[in-house]
Amino acid sequence: MNLTLRIWRQKGPEDKGRMVTYQVDDVSPDMSFLEMLDVLNERLILAGDEPVAFDHDCREGICGACGMVINGNAHGPQKMTTACQLHMRHFADGETIDIEPWRARAFPVVKDLVVNRGSLDKIIAAGGYITAPTGSAPEAHSTPVAKANADAAFESAACIGCGACVAACPNGSGMLFTAAKVTQLSLLPQGQPERFTRVIGMVDAHDEAGFGGCTNAGECTAVCPKGIPLNTIGRLNRDYLKATAKRGDNTPGS
Amino acid sequence: MDLYTEGDPIADAKAPDGPIETRWDRRRFEAKLVNPANRRKMTVIVVGTGLAGGSAAATLAEQGYRVRSYCYQDSPRRAHSIAAQGGINAAKNYRNDGDSVHRLFYDTVKGGDFRSRESNVHRLAEVSVNIIDQCVAQGVPFAREYGGLLDTRSFGGAQVQRTFYARGQTGQQLLLGAYQALERQIGLGNVEMNSRHEMLELVIVDGKARGIVVRDLVTGEISTEMADAVVLASGGYGNVFYLSTNAKGCNVTATWRAHRKGAYFANPCYTQIHPTCIPVSGDHQSKLTLMSESLRNDGRVWVPKAKGDDRAPRDIPEDERDYYLERIYPSFGNLVPRDIASRAAKNVCDEGRGVGPTNLGVYLDFADAINRLGRKAIEAKYGNLFEMYERITGEDPYEVPMRIYPAVHYTMGGLWVDYDLQSTIPGLFVIGEANFSDHGANRLGASALMQGLADGYFVLPSTIANYLAASPLDAVDASHPEALAARADVEDRITRLLAVNGDRTVDSFHRELGQIMWEHCGMERSEAGLRKAIDEIRALREQFWQRVRVPGDGEGLNQSLEKAGRVADFFELAELMCIDALHREESCGGHFRAEHQTPDGEAQRDDDRFAYVAAWEYTGTGEPAVLHKEDLKFEYVHPTQRSYK
Amino acid sequence: MAVTGIILVLFLIAHMLGNLKIFTGATSFDHYAHWLREIGAPLLPGVWFLWILRTALVVSVVGHIWAATTLALRARAARPVRYAHRKPVQGSYAARTMRWGGVIILLFVIYHLLDLTTGTLNPVGDPSRPYANVVADFAPKRWYVTLFYTLSVVAVGFHLRHGVFSALRSLGQQTPRGERRARVVALVLAVGLCVGYLVVPFAVLTGLVS
Repeated sequence: MNLTLRIWRQKGPEDKGRMVTYQVDDVSPDMSFLEMLDVLNERLILAGDEPVAFDHDCREGICGACGMVINGNAHGPQKMTTACQLHMRHFADGETIDIEPWRARAFPVVKDLVVNRGSLDKIIAAGGYITAPTGSAPEAHSTPVAKANADAAFESAACIGCGACVAACPNGSGMLFTAAKVTQLSLLPQGQPERFTRVIGMVDAHDEAGFGGCTNAGECTAVCPKGIPLNTIGRLNRDYLKATAKRGDNTPGS
Repeated sequence: MDLYTEGDPIADAKAPDGPIETRWDRRRFEAKLVNPANRRKMTVIVVGTGLAGGSAAATLAEQGYRVRSYCYQDSPRRAHSIAAQGGINAAKNYRNDGDSVHRLFYDTVKGGDFRSRESNVHRLAEVSVNIIDQCVAQGVPFAREYGGLLDTRSFGGAQVQRTFYARGQTGQQLLLGAYQALERQIGLGNVEMNSRHEMLELVIVDGKARGIVVRDLVTGEISTEMADAVVLASGGYGNVFYLSTNAKGCNVTATWRAHRKGAYFANPCYTQIHPTCIPVSGDHQSKLTLMSESLRNDGRVWVPKAKGDDRAPRDIPEDERDYYLERIYPSFGNLVPRDIASRAAKNVCDEGRGVGPTNLGVYLDFADAINRLGRKAIEAKYGNLFEMYERITGEDPYEVPMRIYPAVHYTMGGLWVDYDLQSTIPGLFVIGEANFSDHGANRLGASALMQGLADGYFVLPSTIANYLAASPLDAVDASHPEALAARADVEDRITRLLAVNGDRTVDSFHRELGQIMWEHCGMERSEAGLRKAIDEIRALREQFWQRVRVPGDGEGLNQSLEKAGRVADFFELAELMCIDALHREESCGGHFRAEHQTPDGEAQRDDDRFAYVAAWEYTGTGEPAVLHKEDLKFEYVHPTQRSYK
Repeated sequence: MAVTGIILVLFLIAHMLGNLKIFTGATSFDHYAHWLREIGAPLLPGVWFLWILRTALVVSVVGHIWAATTLALRARAARPVRYAHRKPVQGSYAARTMRWGGVIILLFVIYHLLDLTTGTLNPVGDPSRPYANVVADFAPKRWYVTLFYTLSVVAVGFHLRHGVFSALRSLGQQTPRGERRARVVALVLAVGLCVGYLVVPFAVLTGLVS
């Protein structure tokens, strides 16, 4: 396959950035998308150019490091698939492919296709956990969890934190990421004591980081490589409404 | 032989004696403690944020130490522990099927082919039960039964169901639990998290590990960070083979730099090769993907009987197929352990009977299982794996048999540590896959997660206190001459890498190194092959320093520069791996020497000569390393020859 | 957004039911229109109730627009650099047209008030004869009014299709089954209101009401 790539090149955070066109020939349909970029980079290096910087690590769709917008789609055209698992057989010979970084104020560009997603970590630090210091745990079987809840919690916990939801959202909102964690923890009995402080802390951190507001547009779940469902956001909203009603009410037993 | 010299034997001085089940309790009781008020004044550096590093950093911070955590990824949540699929072992005996701490201990020592330390393994088995409690309390969504209790499944090498799991993403869920505990401590200000930072050197002052030199991968800034102790949790070195199931960024640099500074490297030749991976599809291949071992429960492995038979698999009649595992190992059949299945696949491919475009593959066929159980049942059991296979290969495994081939998966070797997980450098602790650990010459399935979390949550936080309490350390800062020297070394190396400006890319060298290692230090090793490999590695290393081309500069993000530094260290490690493999004139676990096999082709251990840990001391690049032997004593589990016929 | 939206949806339902009274004839319709002005009497004198209702609606509309503007401004700030390759819509098309749809609806409401409430833009423009006003409005020769009205009502339909679902979601609808139900409710309301509002002008246009 021969392809024309238009790739966003940006030297650093201060650089303005632009789309640059490259020609890549002899691409095998069995290559992954990132392997195709490897081929381009090898050629760029030997030609004395700077290779295209992009984040990637496990290349098996679980670490969440890779992420780029391919022809307007976060992670490219194949559903439920990260960019590293996308293979070139999904493209046509002679095609022109546009490759851009995640675009959001909360994800400033570091270089080329690499962005800083530290804002997602901050959301977790603001409450996306269960306080259980090492050594304090009771026997695992002391708290049974209904299978349905455990399964639903797992479904939300499958989030890989890649940020595709933010990249695809017309509002630049990170609500699906936030809601996935809120849902996982609020479905488990272990998560109940911090249920309401958690949701307020996480939503506040989300807003502070410069993400947009959610309008339930549903683009996020369409591109999510792990298929995190949109109804997690409803769960977040419900917890958030209850939590704001309770804010400041620390009466024991209430 | 001028490749190495033999030095004094070493002993694990910290391991208590007495009945094995009392040793860990005694060690903990005898360990000195640090007063909580003093903990706030002590800084611990933790390199790596996987299961071991993440859990250690969080736990140390909970205990009140000041923690500085480093990872090369953009977030601590992306460490490669996240990719572990199968599960985590624990001796809970929830199934009432005869499991116990002692049985897990026994299985692990035996599975490791009698090349691990009994005391360590027993402690691992004891702590395993606490790990499950801890993870459940953190909200890890383990699979559960309808009654709401935890589900378990069986795994290779064990006859009890002791593996806890979260679908095929156990590593991810456990890591996110540790990550969340870590983020909580970051939010509280107890951990200073430095993501996109790579450790490039260890700083030793007065013989003790006191800091590290790191490069900020975003700005390129080199800085020296001092502390009271340094913990390495930087993972394994499987990427020395270029193609492995490891993440692209996994590297040996942190541990290798420590090795160069005096930490002994133990058993580097012990590597685990996983039999069920998706085969290489071409020269562009950048990494390999593992398919869960559970597939061998229902799939049948075969190749054509005739060499070079390139008919489509469905056109090959039954009597022209060789179900070689069932033929050679009639009692275990397709369920033989990992190392045996891997080697058998290599053998049939070497005979010219491999399948697929590269002829490096064997069929894993579900046609019989689909006929017997129906497509629905197979879908329910393996649906997600089949989808993954189809996504990568474009072939439908319900219609066409899967093609699989072995791939490097885990490295049992690593920095030598004593019972306290301290290396030969005081103040340098090594945990998780980075240490030579508890798995001996072969790791059982679902034991890597167990060991990482055992080290990080429970073992290290107890043992490091003993070190910190016992040694009042002088205040030192980054202007100490040793720190300045370490930093200058790092800067010099970066300048040298950038200055070569040759005509080959870093990846081209890495790929070539990987081919040498896979060929001669992979599934089967021989003296001639290893000697050849050592010569080739040395020649290629010279070439690397003359011809590598690293574009750009040291300022700012430069992924080629990062790779170049890692590959340079892999070259040195590769040589030591081959030397270790060459000196170990026996076959054990993941190390198979062609010269040492039983008449019917099975691994032949030599307990009289080789029941020891080989700990290597660095003397200089290309200089003969010094071998220190730690003799292994088996008081509770008596070595036997494995047989799966 | 959700609360003000729901108030406005309730108003739309009531308004539609009132409109449909046109099929009961001029006297009945005019009587209904006059009654509207006197609801609450004699407890509340004269047009008090009407003004309370109007105030509530204005507050809702202003609140709704204020919230929408805030969200739009946040969205703009959250993505300072736009994509070079615009993405195809993968979620719902209705969701992506909320903002422009809202603007169209606002313009229509202003026209609609000037037309049928104050009578300023109505060919008859007699507040005491609403039936005649309506009939005159949608006369065949004024086809462009009917067209604008139709487009606006369809815009309302799109707006509700996503708006009602989104409001339920914002108020905490959280199960997959509930999500399917919420989408059905939104679709039924959107289609129902569209049809309900459109039968009047088309009845006039076709001479069914004259």
